Amino acid sequence: MTDEQPAPPVPDPAQVRQIKEFKHNRPLFACRIDRTGRFAFTGAQDNLVVRWELDGDKKLEFAGQESWVRGMAFQPAGDLLASGDYAGRLCAWRWAADAAAPPVYSVAAHQGWLRAVAASPDGATFATCGNDRFVRLWNAADGKLLRELAGHESHVYNVAFHPGGGQLASCDLKGVVKHWDLSSGAAVRQLDGSVLWKYDAGFHADIGGARGMAFSGDGAWLACAGVTEVTNAFAGVGNAAVALFDWVTGERKQVLRPKDNFQGVAWSVAFHPAGFIAVVAGGQHGGALWFFRLDQPNPFFAFKLPADARDLALHPDGLRLAIAHSDGALRLYDISPKPAA
Amino acid sequence: MMGATVGGGLAHVSGLSNLIQPAVAEELAARQKRVLIFFLAGGVSQLESWDPKPNTDTGGPFRAIPTSVPGIHISELLPLTAQQMHRLNLVRGVNTAEDDHGKGAVFMETGRRDSPAQRYPALGSVVSRLVAPPTMALPGYVHIQPGGGGVNKADAAFLGPKFASITIGNGQPPAYLLRPGDLTPAADQQRNDVRLKANQRFTARRRTAETEAYSASYEQARQLVERADVFDVTKEPPQDQERYGSHDFGRHCLLARRLLEQGLTCVKVTHTNYDSHSENFDFHIEQLGEFDRPFATLIDDLAQRGMLDSTLVVVMSEFGRTPNINHLFGRDHWSKAWSVALAGCGMQKGAVIGKTNDNGTAVVDREVDARNLFHTYLRALGVDSTANYPGLNRPIPIGDPAGDAIQELLA
Repeated sequence: MTDEQPAPPVPDPAQVRQIKEFKHNRPLFACRIDRTGRFAFTGAQDNLVVRWELDGDKKLEFAGQESWVRGMAFQPAGDLLASGDYAGRLCAWRWAADAAAPPVYSVAAHQGWLRAVAASPDGATFATCGNDRFVRLWNAADGKLLRELAGHESHVYNVAFHPGGGQLASCDLKGVVKHWDLSSGAAVRQLDGSVLWKYDAGFHADIGGARGMAFSGDGAWLACAGVTEVTNAFAGVGNAAVALFDWVTGERKQVLRPKDNFQGVAWSVAFHPAGFIAVVAGGQHGGALWFFRLDQPNPFFAFKLPADARDLALHPDGLRLAIAHSDGALRLYDISPKPAA
Repeated sequence: MMGATVGGGLAHVSGLSNLIQPAVAEELAARQKRVLIFFLAGGVSQLESWDPKPNTDTGGPFRAIPTSVPGIHISELLPLTAQQMHRLNLVRGVNTAEDDHGKGAVFMETGRRDSPAQRYPALGSVVSRLVAPPTMALPGYVHIQPGGGGVNKADAAFLGPKFASITIGNGQPPAYLLRPGDLTPAADQQRNDVRLKANQRFTARRRTAETEAYSASYEQARQLVERADVFDVTKEPPQDQERYGSHDFGRHCLLARRLLEQGLTCVKVTHTNYDSHSENFDFHIEQLGEFDRPFATLIDDLAQRGMLDSTLVVVMSEFGRTPNINHLFGRDHWSKAWSVALAGCGMQKGAVIGKTNDNGTAVVDREVDARNLFHTYLRALGVDSTANYPGLNRPIPIGDPAGDAIQELLA
């Protein structure tokens, strides 16, 4: 007899299976899971932030946004969830509240769409970005504007704090990735993510941007999810892809993409603590979930989803993940090894 | 049948301006009817423009904003256009029942459903035939679009190539407009005199509709060369070029203003593209973001210059877009309930005709189609659209007899 606990199960993405489904009445657009793993929050093609109890069936609706909610971020150790909508409004919510309540604060954060929200590792700051080409930093506690980061020349699609603190990455429509030093507010360098951008001369319009964006836990890698090799922007003909950057050198090391050149957009990317990358996508032929290794351009496992995926959130137990779908369902998937029969 | 036309006796205004007093020239200019067509190619979304349905399952992410007319709201993607609403009218009950790009365009531009049996002339060609002063040196119908230029004879149908559109590709003047540098004006005149003599001898014995059209086209081209600067948008003041924007559509709108001011009768400006089966909302931000300022600026300029009362403005597409948002965030083709915007030429101002239901899937009041709109355009121009075309060897009604004008729009 010893006091040692059994080692937690190691995830096995190849055994992924759906274990639960939560159904909303509008197509979902975003999802996040809180640090305790009790709740998932979703944004949808409505003006609501919805809380789902993962081990039960309770649903709670938080009203106060003015358009579709795409951006969401939890304070890593705090009690606030920040959410941003396509009216440019940033709201903060007490995510563990017993009942739905008005936002702790609500700020007109951007002119036009607010596309993404991120929380700093220390939880003191929220970062937002949007179609007004700005990245803005907010005091997480009260929603006061701390700093405005200007320099992008097209819509800013995504923003992510470096896990080491003090640095921020943002990516715009044309795949321009800017590295911001937060002590000075200066853009210190620019990474080339243009593989995720195309000007479609036939339709006279740009398509691109980082639809999903994440740093690896050790801060060594930055991943930007989107679409590449677009041949018809207005019909959605392009290939889902993830640009993977070595954050130290700024060099693009890989373009991760499925073997079958999936037609569609990679909407979210997440680094799993076990060392692999999860990516979800939606497109002409439905949704897909892929698992990649850092050193290989093609996934080591691909899983077809029942509908287009728009966002992905890892559960803190490392064994589950939630995916927001276009059919209004938030589906919970298990990637733990299946028990022996 | 002369009653079907108006303004036939007016000479080109800027040509007269040296001979007559400014006040008279102004009056003549005001009486000359003009047409300005905006064609939003691919099918603009009515929900992201003229008929927003915010906070519904079909409404999309954008808000509706108030306009200069109390009670009328349009999409937040058109903030400057909203300030011109007191000069515009919205027809929100359009049901054209045609979801094909080509057939939808034909229906909207000719007021007749596309048919292999008979092609009818487009609005611009009809205007060129019935409204443009016969003595006009400039072409009656000019189409400004991105891409290539040329002559689109199909526009004129049975009216003949003289009334076809001349396409100004990407805002560039028609090809070979400028006289080659090594050809002196005197040599050019001498060359033309020889051509005329040969032409007269030929047509004296073998005069046909084709030779007439050829002669007319050549003469028009010759006069066009004399007026080459008409197409040079860089002659416009720099501050105006800045107001309209440096992008192609801004330049094209400023060129449209220049052409209309120079007396050209019909200008069509195509803005492309709105066929957003995927990511409809991103693309409408981009396209309508480009459309809003030049369009609103041009409406304002026409009004400020006293031209809007004699200029019919139409904003059309081949159809609208589905209320349903597909899984790619797109909207598909939808002709059952969509909108057209109109202004000027003595029509009502700030009116909304027709209505769709709460989520925009159907027309619930004052349903109209392209036939009604076509009659309305011509009536606003003072043309009896129920009459037959003049000068044809068989009776062909100008407007489809199955339709009639939207009387509420006509002041």
